[in-house]
Amino acid sequence: MKFGILVNEGPYTHQASDSAYQFCKAALAGGHQIYRVFFYHDGVDNATRLTEPPNDDRHIVNRWSKLAQEHSLDLVVCVAAALRRGIKDEILAPGFRISGLGQLIETGIQAERLVVFGD
Amino acid sequence: MSEHGAVKKFMYVNRKAPYGTIYALESLEVVLIAAAFDQDVSLAFLDDGVYQLKKGHQTKGIEMKNFQPTYRALEDYDVTKLYVEQESLRMRGLTADDMCVPVDVVSRADLGKLMEQQDVLFSF
Repeated sequence: MKFGILVNEGPYTHQASDSAYQFCKAALAGGHQIYRVFFYHDGVDNATRLTEPPNDDRHIVNRWSKLAQEHSLDLVVCVAAALRRGIKDEILAPGFRISGLGQLIETGIQAERLVVFGD
Repeated sequence: MSEHGAVKKFMYVNRKAPYGTIYALESLEVVLIAAAFDQDVSLAFLDDGVYQLKKGHQTKGIEMKNFQPTYRALEDYDVTKLYVEQESLRMRGLTADDMCVPVDVVSRADLGKLMEQQDVLFSF
């Protein structure tokens, strides 16, 4: 199965990003494909490399970067939502890229299932 | 177009009040972009999402952009299928006459059936 993923919430406040990450990991382990992970609304805050959680907590941003590197995941951050929230190219964590909402629609077209994580 | 050349059915499900959170505004931004992709697009409004279409938003006092005129412009983007859930309207003392654009009022059960027919559901 080819999945598309939409993450609509920021890290830590909300479990959406954690759940999306766990879903991606499980799907990949099960031999499925992740066509793209798209970050929208406060979800764009998952992409900043300025994030520094306490040592005894999970590092949500680095975790996405690592998963992207291991599986060549396409992590796309919506440009309009990102600029509104001060997320720019110069602070992106590895594996993330900024692009337009068209990439979300294309994910809906190309993926066999689009799974939305958020409120 | 999909890789099979077919048009997919996209439904945007709006469940949040227009102000208070940014979901409604940013959902509308997705719909406007999506219109360029020649897919089969519809919008559903339920729960507090029905307030997005309630006539007469006045946002000056909260210093936010009144984006209600954008709903009236959807027709220009060939987005004409707007479904509003009857139960959500009734619970809030609203009717179709309170809506700022022409809508189809559908029961919760029928909206469920419509959702079942979709290829892609965006929930905001």
